[in-house]
Amino acid sequence: MPSLYWNRVISIVGIYALLALGFDFLAHYVGLVSLGGSFFIGTGGYIAAILNKSFGLPPALTIPLATLSGAIICTLLLLPALPLRGVYFAIVTLMYPLVLFRIIEALNILGGTDGILGVASFPNTWVEQYLILSIIIFALFGLRRLVNEDIGLVFRGVKDNDQAVRASGLSITFYKAIAVFITSALGCLGGAYFVHIYMVAGISLFALDYSVIPIAATVIGGGGTLVGPLLGCFILVPISELLRAFGTLRIVFYSVILLAFIMFRSEGIMVYAQRKYHQFERWVKI
Amino acid sequence: MSKEPILNVKEVSKAFGGVQALTRVGFSVGEGEVFGIIGPNGSGKTTLINCITGFIKMDAGNVFYRGKEITNRAPNQIANLGLTRTFQIMRPYYSLPAYKNLIIPLFSPRARKKGGWRGGGKLGDRGTVAIDILEEIGFERDSFVPYKLASSLPTGYLKRLELARCLALGPDLILCDEVFSGLSMSEIASMVPLIEKLQMDGITLVMIEHRLRELFRVASRVMVLNFGEKLTEGIPEEVMADERVKEAYLGSEKLLDYTFEA
Repeated sequence: MPSLYWNRVISIVGIYALLALGFDFLAHYVGLVSLGGSFFIGTGGYIAAILNKSFGLPPALTIPLATLSGAIICTLLLLPALPLRGVYFAIVTLMYPLVLFRIIEALNILGGTDGILGVASFPNTWVEQYLILSIIIFALFGLRRLVNEDIGLVFRGVKDNDQAVRASGLSITFYKAIAVFITSALGCLGGAYFVHIYMVAGISLFALDYSVIPIAATVIGGGGTLVGPLLGCFILVPISELLRAFGTLRIVFYSVILLAFIMFRSEGIMVYAQRKYHQFERWVKI
Repeated sequence: MSKEPILNVKEVSKAFGGVQALTRVGFSVGEGEVFGIIGPNGSGKTTLINCITGFIKMDAGNVFYRGKEITNRAPNQIANLGLTRTFQIMRPYYSLPAYKNLIIPLFSPRARKKGGWRGGGKLGDRGTVAIDILEEIGFERDSFVPYKLASSLPTGYLKRLELARCLALGPDLILCDEVFSGLSMSEIASMVPLIEKLQMDGITLVMIEHRLRELFRVASRVMVLNFGEKLTEGIPEEVMADERVKEAYLGSEKLLDYTFEA
């Protein structure tokens, strides 16, 4: 029987995997680089906590409600930034969590720096782990299917050549908004889940880890494959836990591992594996 | 030419900073007509198309499409009315196969509403429809060309792909921005019948061209732009006889080679 500690790590890996999936989808299929992981986690987390504490709703209701309403709020807030591209969009998505963090701290709303305590937890660890695992499998195959549907081609068209999409009679802002909605729904789902695991919603939900680790996982796993970032999370997050034995040197070792990946396998595990697979396939004797 | 023009452009002006790109340019195109726009480099032809299709906001002037004002509306709204354009610098989706390039315009509200064989209908397979359109525009159906990535297609096919993207919308009017440029003589020769076929299908064409000989084969009227101003307009023969037009094209001796033949 694995320890409770590693049980918890699995759930956290699942939450990071949701964020990484969303990041990969938005960056490699729609062309919007989002640093908004912590924004989505924070929004979804606080909504779930408020719904649970103030309205007494059980987790079975707060999680879907927080996912939907959080995604709507995030999409509306990001709507003015949608015409931006590349690093400019990334800056706006990075700005929101910082701003919300300070607002909550300064105005002492939503529990201030203490956060909202005593949020209901899951019935047991089995539900907690298997639910998140099935959610990420569902999200992964759902997204894989979506990007190969006709609407997915429109997303890829927006990334490739947005002027041609406009000339084809489609509004790029509308399709970007749909894509941001999907990504923020994944992030808010993770946030709501997180709050119910730790039974607290604090301003640490806006920590930049949620923005940065999904990107690192995408780099390691291989961008544009969707399954790659998921693998990246399953490698990176447990490694970061294992490295806790080194105390404060943890970050140093962590950075060295990341650096090694970027130096020697910059394409990412999945892209590398796919390439090798296709090479092997040609060597088969007929 | 019917009584009501399908496209009526009135006094369009546009300045980029201190450069006056267009000065009160106006023209009108009748239904089913092929209208040519010619002029030396930098005379504002592409800017004019960008203004009409909403890619650039014009400073002054009005555009009427079938009597309805479409001045400065969003490009996607204009495209959905059936007024489509090609790009001079081709803008395919390089990471997609050629036929998947067409699924994006087939996904537009206009193509979906049109349904039938062009739109793919409610349950229709857009891939099949895309192959049909590509065949019509000169991609051999049974070859692998329609399935190749757009990034690996030669210029001739990319120009056709630009036209096909317009056709997928089921357009009434296509603004062609130099479809013949960058093509070899034989490629141009095979494009001209395509243009004629589009005209026979009842599609109105506005063509920006430098290849005057080919343009005059299909166009019934041409307009000459120079430094953003309209020099003259009329049937090709008259226009090319105009002294101002000869002057505008600096290598005017060369122009004499291109004079009207047919």
